Amino acid sequence: METLMTILVGFLVMIAVYLLLSRNLIRVILGTAVLSHAAHLLLMTMGGLKKGSAPLLGEDAESYTDALPQALILTAIVISFAVTAFLLVLAYRTYKKTGTDNLQELRGFEDE
Amino acid sequence: MNNIIAMPMIIPLLTGIILVFLRHNTKTQRVLSILSSIATVAVSLVILHQIQQEGILRLDFGGWLPPYGILFVADSFSMLLVATTSIVTGILLIYAFSSIGQQFEHMFFYPFVFFLVAGVNGSFLTGDLFNLFVCFEVMLLSSYVLITMGGRKVQLIESIKYVTINVLSSWFFLMGIAYLYGTIGTLNMAHLSVRIAEVGQGPLLTVISLIFLIVFSLKAGLLLYFWLPGSYSAPPTVIAALFGALLTKVGMYALFRVFTLIFYHEPIITHTAIGVMAILTMIGGSVGALAYNDIRKIVSYNVVIAVGFILAGLAISTEVAFQGAIYYLIHDMIVKALLFLLAGTMIYLTGKTKIEEMSGLIRNYPALGWLFFITMLSLAGIPPLSGFIGKVFIGQGAIESGSFALLIVAFASGIFVLYSLLRIFLNCFWGETIINEDDDVPLKKGMLVPCILFAIMTVAIGIGVEGLAPYVSDAARTLMNPEIYIEAVLQGNR
Repeated sequence: METLMTILVGFLVMIAVYLLLSRNLIRVILGTAVLSHAAHLLLMTMGGLKKGSAPLLGEDAESYTDALPQALILTAIVISFAVTAFLLVLAYRTYKKTGTDNLQELRGFEDE
Repeated sequence: MNNIIAMPMIIPLLTGIILVFLRHNTKTQRVLSILSSIATVAVSLVILHQIQQEGILRLDFGGWLPPYGILFVADSFSMLLVATTSIVTGILLIYAFSSIGQQFEHMFFYPFVFFLVAGVNGSFLTGDLFNLFVCFEVMLLSSYVLITMGGRKVQLIESIKYVTINVLSSWFFLMGIAYLYGTIGTLNMAHLSVRIAEVGQGPLLTVISLIFLIVFSLKAGLLLYFWLPGSYSAPPTVIAALFGALLTKVGMYALFRVFTLIFYHEPIITHTAIGVMAILTMIGGSVGALAYNDIRKIVSYNVVIAVGFILAGLAISTEVAFQGAIYYLIHDMIVKALLFLLAGTMIYLTGKTKIEEMSGLIRNYPALGWLFFITMLSLAGIPPLSGFIGKVFIGQGAIESGSFALLIVAFASGIFVLYSLLRIFLNCFWGETIINEDDDVPLKKGMLVPCILFAIMTVAIGIGVEGLAPYVSDAARTLMNPEIYIEAVLQGNR
């Protein structure tokens, strides 16, 4: 299961890198969103995937799920949500101001 | 419990939240922000003093004992930086009062400055790697807002690069955390250090340490500084000064912490990598500082050179070199803030940004000219000023450990700093004045006073270095002997 998840993470990173390298601003933002989800999945995988046990470690518990990765991911998701929201607003403002969302055309600007 | 050590983060955070609601009340915002800055400075000085008495302090949140809970750890190194941060922010706020303008003050300028400071102080204080990530993000999100504030075209375009590169480095950070948790099974920095010392820093852990090197190099501007000059020269003066003084320093702090506390077993790989990166950073920064005619660009490249110089101290990795690096960090926070303020003030007064478009400013604004002269000498490391002591110690450390390549480049970079600033000084302050008496823009007192305060601080640190010495040597001793830190965090719990 872990191997499968790791491959999936790699696949997501591949898509994200492709999107990040494109010229369209919205694609770049989508790329960052996919990238952060890849990181979240990786965190989950690295914590170990176990089936069906509660995140409790008692005297007679045979197995337990490590709850820490979930807590980390939750925090990371909130942060990446905020950053993505900010980036989208930034992209909108930039489009309004410059009339383009093509990163190639945003180069070599003159100061106002 | 030592609840006091959470204060340097909580005070700015609460102030920021309160100020959000006082959006249209400029006067109250100003008074509250100054009071809060003073409170933060006072608290951090008290903690710094307390550490000398009682050793490293820690605060376990919610009573969860380490290594299970998140905790704040205050040692001399982090508290010196927290105290400097608070002082620098307070003085920069005074500059903001007269320069930033109503529009910014109504658009949540002060709250975001305080959120930024909360993130910076939190990063200095935390003892948990994931919490460090969270504090980084608090700081970065505020910096995203501050860099775009005002919404000029150049700011928007620069901030796209800035935000994207930081999202990418945050991703690397999360990757590093995931791998480290997968291999070691803990994220408490002291606990990580103990466990890595037990199992040995094998190739896998060294690779993970290099991921962290990439992350923090991106934040600190060590070699990976390509984003820095553009984004630091776009926002208004105060914000640029805040970034130049604080943001790269957090990355440097993290590098110091991680590579002295956690990954210190393979210095041949990691510390050599840092040394080579530091050399390349200093060379690249020097080239940049000489290549541009735009004052803001020259000043931004000076930040890059300082990054290389301070991290040369980490690469040398002896107690003397650490002392030098800490002195230089403190010095650099103060003087870079001053340098950015002076550059911004010159641009405000003349309306020009290129050095060849200004001339003879010292006739119109003698105080500004002399302040710039002091800054230049301080950055070049001339004795009675604060830059000197750091350079001496780093030089001494380099000679003792035989790192002559670092020594030569570090001191040559000092000459380039001096030359790049002399170019500004000769072009802009000397010569015939080209400003008519009619369109002579008056220099506001509120702009001059903070600059003078910073100049007094650089002189005071240079002369009164004896007073600072016990704190700095304690900080360097803790960096050199990670077991002191580990002992303080994991010892029998109070």
